[in-house]
Amino acid sequence: MAAAEKVPVKRYLRLAKLPHIWCPGCGHGIALQALIRAIHSTGLSQDNTVIVSGIGCSSRASGYLDFDTLHTTHGRALAFATGIKVANPDLNVVVITGDGDAAAIGGNHLIHAARRNIGITCVCFNNTIYGMTSGQYSPLTPTDAYATTAPYGNIDTPFDLCELTKAAGASYVARATTYHARLLEKLIAKGLQNDGFSFIEAVVQCPTYFGRKNKLGDAFRMMKLMQERSVPVSKAAAMTAEELAGKIVIGELWHRPRPEYTKAYDAVIAKAGGGR
Amino acid sequence: MPSLALPARRKVLMQGNEAIVEGAIAAGMRFYAGYPITPSTEIAELASEKLPRDGGRFVQMEDEIASMAAVVGASLAGRKAMTATSGPGFSLKQENLGYALTAEVPCVVVNVQRQGPSTGLPTSPSQGDVMQARYGSHGDYAAIALCPASVGEAYRLAVRAFNLAERFRMPVILLADEIIGHLRESVELPDPSELTVVDRARPTLPPGEHKAYRPGPDGVPVVPDFGTGYRFHVTGLIHGEDGSPTSNPKVVEQAVRRLTTKVTDHIDEIYEAEERDLADADVAVFAYGGTARAARRAVREARAKGLKVGLYRPITLWPFHDERVRAALQGRRAVVVPELNLGQMAREVERVAGAGTKVVRVNKVSGEPLTPGEILAAIEEVF
Ligand code: SF4
Repeated sequence: MAAAEKVPVKRYLRLAKLPHIWCPGCGHGIALQALIRAIHSTGLSQDNTVIVSGIGCSSRASGYLDFDTLHTTHGRALAFATGIKVANPDLNVVVITGDGDAAAIGGNHLIHAARRNIGITCVCFNNTIYGMTSGQYSPLTPTDAYATTAPYGNIDTPFDLCELTKAAGASYVARATTYHARLLEKLIAKGLQNDGFSFIEAVVQCPTYFGRKNKLGDAFRMMKLMQERSVPVSKAAAMTAEELAGKIVIGELWHRPRPEYTKAYDAVIAKAGGGR
Repeated sequence: MPSLALPARRKVLMQGNEAIVEGAIAAGMRFYAGYPITPSTEIAELASEKLPRDGGRFVQMEDEIASMAAVVGASLAGRKAMTATSGPGFSLKQENLGYALTAEVPCVVVNVQRQGPSTGLPTSPSQGDVMQARYGSHGDYAAIALCPASVGEAYRLAVRAFNLAERFRMPVILLADEIIGHLRESVELPDPSELTVVDRARPTLPPGEHKAYRPGPDGVPVVPDFGTGYRFHVTGLIHGEDGSPTSNPKVVEQAVRRLTTKVTDHIDEIYEAEERDLADADVAVFAYGGTARAARRAVREARAKGLKVGLYRPITLWPFHDERVRAALQGRRAVVVPELNLGQMAREVERVAGAGTKVVRVNKVSGEPLTPGEILAAIEEVF
C-alpha cells in the first residue's frame, strides 16, 4: 500500500470520548474508519458536515465523530436528517444506522428518503442482529439463523436493503463487508459524491451475539467467512439465483443520477416567487 | 407623510387554522413538516403554499413520527420549525416530542383536537388531549401548552408559541380544538413591525470555548446551530454540558430536574389568563379554548339574570399556575368547569380550589360543542 494513503483518522474523532463501547472484534470500528477515510478523501469539511445516527451499537458512532452530530431516537435517523437537509441544503448530511434501526422501526423512513432522492448518504452497519439489546433477530437475520428470540431458528425472510432502496428510488446503492474495508471506503466516498440519496450497506461482524449464537467463531473467522461468501457484482451478473443463494454481492450495485430533492424544492421556491 | 408611522393593520376574514399559519410565518417559521390529519390539514396546505414564497420550505413527510423528527432536525439546522396534527397524530409524535424536550430544541407543535379516543370522530371538536399535552411523553418534564379561544388569538398564540419555544429552547404546544381550527372570524392582523419576535440566543463564545449545553443563569442553555463550526453532540440520552451522554447520578439528577425548573422558575413570564367579572363573583366558571366562548356567553346571560358569576380562562394551559388559579377561585361558592372531555382540567381545579369550594363538572363527549345554555344551566343549579 502506498504511503500516500495515510489518513489522519484521529483528526475526525473526539478522542476524549474514546475508548468506544464496542466489543472486541466488532466490525463497527472498521466500518467507522472506512467512513472517516471516505470523508477525508472526498474533502468534506468537518464544520459543514452533520452526522446523524439512530439507536443501536453502530449508532453510537456519532458520539465519537468530531462533527456536528445527532444521536436520535430508534429508527428515525433519516427523518431527522431529512429535516436538517431540507432546512439547510448546504450541509453535507451523513446517516449511520444499523439493520434493526433502518429496516424495522425505520423501514418507512428508509424507503421514503430513497423515494425523495434527498441528498443524504446513509451507511447501514448490517450485523444481522440486534446487538445493543443482546441478540434478538432483526429484519436482516438470515432464515434459519439463531437469535435470543429465535431459539428454534429464524423463520423470517431477510430484506435485501440494497434491492429495497434501489427499487424505492435511491440514486446510488452499494455494498461491501468489513473484510473489504478499502472497497467499503471507496464505495462510501462515491456515495458522498453522489448528489441524491446514497445507500451503502456495510456488512459487519458481531461476534458477541450473532457469531456466538450461530457458532461462527471469533471475529477473524467471521471475516474470513465474509470473504468466502462475497461475490463481486460483475461476477454475480453471470450467476444463477441458486448459485447466489447465501452469497453477499459486493460493489457498486446501482448508480443512476436523478434530480435531488432539495434542488427540486429550489425550483418550487422559484415558482412561488420566493428568494432563498 | 403622516400615516407612515401607523402600522399597516389588515382586517381579514379567516379560519383558525389559517390564522395559525399566518402567525407562525410572522413569528419567523421557515420550515414545516407534517402529515395530513383532520381537522388540522388546512395548516399543512397553507404552509405548503406560503412558505416557499418566503424562501421557506415545506415537506409532507411519510408519517407523524417522521414529521416531528424532521422538525427537530430543521430547528437544529437553525430554522424556526413547526408541525401540526390532531389527537392520534399527537400520540405518534410523543417520543420525538420528548426528544425535543430533552435535547432542548425549539419548535412548535399544533394539536387541533378532535373527539377521541383512538380514531374517534375526525371532524368533531374535543378537548380530550389536555392531559396528553402535559404528560404524553415518557419521563419527567414540564410542558408549555397555549390554548386559543378565537381566530385572532390563534394568530397571536402562534407567534407566542414560537417566542416561548425560542426563549426556553423547547417544543411548545399550541393546543387548539376543532371549534377554533375551523371557525371563521374577522380578525385584525397586526403589522409585522408591531410584533415582538424572539430569536433563540446564539453562542457568543467561539467554538472550543462554548459548551453546547451549559445552562445560562436562567437555566436555559445556548445551543449553537449545526454547520456553524461548533461540532457538538446532540442526543436524547441524558447528557452533561458538552452534550455527551452521562450516567453520573449528580449530573443526571440536575439535568432531568432542569427540564422542569426552567419552566416552573419562569412561570409568571409564561403564564397568561383572562379574568372577567370575578371581583364580586360567588361562582366562577373555569373554561378554555372553544368552550370558553360558550362559557363567556353563559356568564353574560347569568349576570343579566342577576347572578354573580365570573369567568377564569387560562390561555396558558400548561404550566398550570397553582397560585394564580387559587387566588382567582378560592372562596367562591363553586367553580363550574365545562370541558369537552370527562374532566381533565377539573381535576387540576379541584386540586387548588380549596375545601370550601365546590367544583362542578360539565362534560360532553358526544362530538358536539357545549352550548351556552348547558353551561348556564349548571351555573343556575349551584345558586
Ligand atoms: S454487540 Fe455485536 S454489534 Fe454490538 S458492539 Fe458488540 S460485537 Fe459489535
